Amino acid sequence: MNKARQNPLNAVAAHGALILYTLIALFPVFVILINSFKTRKAIFREPLALPDADSFSMIGYETVMKQGDFFLYFQNSLIVTVVSLFFILLFGAMAAFALSEYRFRGNTLMGLYLALGIMIPIRIGTVAILDLMVQTGLVNTLMALILVYTAQGLPLAVFILSEFMRQVSEDLKNAGRIDGLSEYTIFFRLVLPLVRPAMATVAVFNMIPIWNDLWFPLILAPAEETKTLTLGSQVFIGQFVTDWNAVLSALSLAILPVMILYVIFSRQLIRGITSGAVK
Amino acid sequence: MKSPRIKSHVIVFLAPAVLVYTAIMIFPLFNTLRLALYTEADQVRMFVGLENFRTLFGDPRWSESFWNALANNFWFFVIHMLVQNPIGIALAAILSHPRLRFAAFYRSAIFVPTILSFVIVGFAWKLILSPIWGIAPDLLSAVGLKSLFAPWLGKEEYALTTLALISVWQFVGIPMMLIYAALLSIPEEVLEAGEVDGITGMAAFWKIKLPLILPSIGIISILTFVGNFNAFDLIYTAQGALAGPDFSTDILGTFMYRTFFGFQLQLGDPHMGSAIATAMFGIILVGVCIYLFGIQTRLKRYQF
Repeated sequence: MNKARQNPLNAVAAHGALILYTLIALFPVFVILINSFKTRKAIFREPLALPDADSFSMIGYETVMKQGDFFLYFQNSLIVTVVSLFFILLFGAMAAFALSEYRFRGNTLMGLYLALGIMIPIRIGTVAILDLMVQTGLVNTLMALILVYTAQGLPLAVFILSEFMRQVSEDLKNAGRIDGLSEYTIFFRLVLPLVRPAMATVAVFNMIPIWNDLWFPLILAPAEETKTLTLGSQVFIGQFVTDWNAVLSALSLAILPVMILYVIFSRQLIRGITSGAVK
Repeated sequence: MKSPRIKSHVIVFLAPAVLVYTAIMIFPLFNTLRLALYTEADQVRMFVGLENFRTLFGDPRWSESFWNALANNFWFFVIHMLVQNPIGIALAAILSHPRLRFAAFYRSAIFVPTILSFVIVGFAWKLILSPIWGIAPDLLSAVGLKSLFAPWLGKEEYALTTLALISVWQFVGIPMMLIYAALLSIPEEVLEAGEVDGITGMAAFWKIKLPLILPSIGIISILTFVGNFNAFDLIYTAQGALAGPDFSTDILGTFMYRTFFGFQLQLGDPHMGSAIATAMFGIILVGVCIYLFGIQTRLKRYQF
């Protein structure tokens, strides 16, 4: 690279700006985490100090464990997220394969129909969705949430996956056909393994919004035994507003699983976004 | 494969996705639009045509709340466009600088708020801005600006802007990532050609890179628009369903939620809720159409 684009002063300014913004981005999370391990007095006296032997306390976590059923909430969130992702990927990949592989009447129209949902948020139909769930007796079940999230995730999944499936070699599939493989075997044994990176991208894109959603758990499944972690912590914190130890601990417990998921999947997520999957 | 007859395996492949999507998304969407034309009296559903919309826009008790929510929602959107997207573009421009060290670290760290739920974000900022805890006033007094502090979330004139900025803080990672991807896809030869002509540094950004990333900026704008006009969670966690103080942070999402489920003395009304949802649908549809037909078709796309 030539010298025209290198200037030490610029590099310092660039790092300065990025460090400043990184601090802004991480500061609130940091403050919540360190204060969740402190006594009530220390929280107010020195909010920015790290917990030391004197100010360390787990009282907040004890309250949370006693009062809230966070393990159940966590389990509900996990079931809803994992099962929804499974259906989004399976149904999405099947539909994407049908649209990208076969020519049939109405193919383009079907593609457009499925793409409608990319821009129109599913929340607009909430009144009728609740109606539907009441009629089918699915209110306050995890199934209601799974169905809604599957429907919400499918449009983008079909769109992204069919882009990738068009790139799978035609020869490979035809070779399979000559060997007498059925269309189902070709899809599950030949095509699916090849689009695995795209499936991972779709999964990561859908995972965070499903895990974090508050609207549908609040409306479709607010019962104690079906609360997700997001709704559970919202209700818990709402009840304990004045107990700062408990609120800070509950927030930290809600941050923890997402941070773990992020550390595991951040490379996949960033690669997914930057590879132009959403262009 | 010329035969246009649909084969059985095509149907098997398409059926699950189409069924779930139609039953849970498209059907309820149109059913909501239909329910907006009904009302309920003595537990009997009656067709009333456009009566609900006449109430919503004509009855001062309703129309005041509606226009208030719509105006707030627009302000919410304007702040995102003026603050979130320029910061996102600036961060992406810095990050895409070749040979920048620790770029991956900065990228991951700045994206952290985006993965947190609204519940965490809403409460965390509520605590930090709280005058009781005093983190915000302490930080301001450290730089000698203590007089600027006010309980921002509790003041009618600041609350909405404060919430919009919190939301900007949360979502700045998305424009940053998308623009970053667009900047990386600009080929080296184009930039080198510019250098030969003496265009470097800031000039290269304004004259070469920015025009090339305009399509991505368009996508970000429409994503921001749809996201903002369907927002709810942050306001609900930070200010509750009443979107206080005195409805100054009420946006369409919270207005619809209150109308649909009721609050305090008012009973929930699914039909008026549907009418508001229909209005939201209309607004989003207009926005998407303006983008698809007015903006996207006029942007020049360059293929390398």
